[in-house]
Amino acid sequence: MEQKKKELLVLEDILGSNKKIADQIRKKLEEHGILAINLLSAPGSGKTSLLEKIGLKLKDSCRLGVIEGDIETERDAERIRKIGLPAWQITTHGACHLEAKMLAQIFDQIPADLDFLFIENVGNLVCPASFDLGEGLRFVLLSVPEGDDKPQKYPEAFITSQVLVLTKCDLLPYLPFDTDRVIKEALEINPHLKVFKTSATSGEGLDELCAFLEAELKQRRGQHA
Amino acid sequence: MHELSLVADLFTIIEEQASRAGAKRVTKVVVSVGELSGVVPELFRSAFQSYKKGTIADKARLQLKMVKIKFKCRSCGHELTARNIMDESFSYVCPACGSKDMELIAGRDLYLEKLEIET
Ligand SMILES: Nc1nc2c(ncn2[C@@H]2O[C@H](COP(=O)(O)OP(=O)(O)O)[C@@H](O)[C@H]2O)c(=O)[nH]1
Ligand SMILES: [Mg+2]
Ligand SMILES: [Zn+2]
Repeated sequence: MEQKKKELLVLEDILGSNKKIADQIRKKLEEHGILAINLLSAPGSGKTSLLEKIGLKLKDSCRLGVIEGDIETERDAERIRKIGLPAWQITTHGACHLEAKMLAQIFDQIPADLDFLFIENVGNLVCPASFDLGEGLRFVLLSVPEGDDKPQKYPEAFITSQVLVLTKCDLLPYLPFDTDRVIKEALEINPHLKVFKTSATSGEGLDELCAFLEAELKQRRGQHA
Repeated sequence: MHELSLVADLFTIIEEQASRAGAKRVTKVVVSVGELSGVVPELFRSAFQSYKKGTIADKARLQLKMVKIKFKCRSCGHELTARNIMDESFSYVCPACGSKDMELIAGRDLYLEKLEIET
């Protein structure tokens, strides 16, 4: 039997199936005027604590929702519900990141009249960076106890984010953390990063962060109106 | 790590391409892996080996081509390649003009480049 070998040039993006779903989600969010924020950080950097605090600040003036990504538990979603906000839990059952298709599965439950949809990704500074969720803004959080060498070690998270939130800044007096160096190095990796120094404990920087979010929402709605 | 789910997506593309080309089998798979793609080559390789069983690419060899991180200066067009992802001496400042406005132009992607098939 004759067997012919040939080469087939494909050039297809393997991350493309995620990208396609992410683009559909982004389109729906834009239609509804919802600003979605994807929060990336190592485990324990203070994502849930930050959401609790800015949630309380924003909830009287805005409609908020929170998607909680976690490998197994519902704990973070319960923390968010306790402050009176709707929260949807996505348990990834072992997967180290959220994917757009996981969001698509629960998208029907999300009210169309939200202002902000916060998405707390799985605690991991590597894998989530590769998966677009259709968000409008990506935040990377870096906490003071983690040390100041993270931007160089995990460049993708910093390159793909628009905002860097330094968290647990109340601990600065007690730990060797060179804030200026971190900010300088982060900006060398991504000069467009907007940087906020915050603390969920002392409340530092949270008003600035909320003001930034409200301004972004207004500006984006202006563009799409 | 999420290499297995990426390999599953890879096989969706392989099956689609192979059937469109009327292939009887796939003998070689060439994937280009950006150093910033978050993919660990060893994990990707072992996920591929276990996933391929019983598929059209049952006997296929996997070739991984690593793609280096590359920036291009938005001010002067100069291109800069990092030696590797942990390159300590790598600076995100343009060595030609000093601008910090460098755009990442390579190293993030994960591509199925080509297949070798038998028809
Ligand atoms: N000192 C201090 N601790 C914080 C702050 N924010 C969070 N934490 C603590 O850090 C730990 C992890 O916080 P959590 O919000 O659950 O982090 P997540 O895993 O990123 O969601 C908890 O023990 C928090 O009490 C902060 O601003 N200052
Ligand atoms: Mg949390
Ligand atoms: Zn230049």
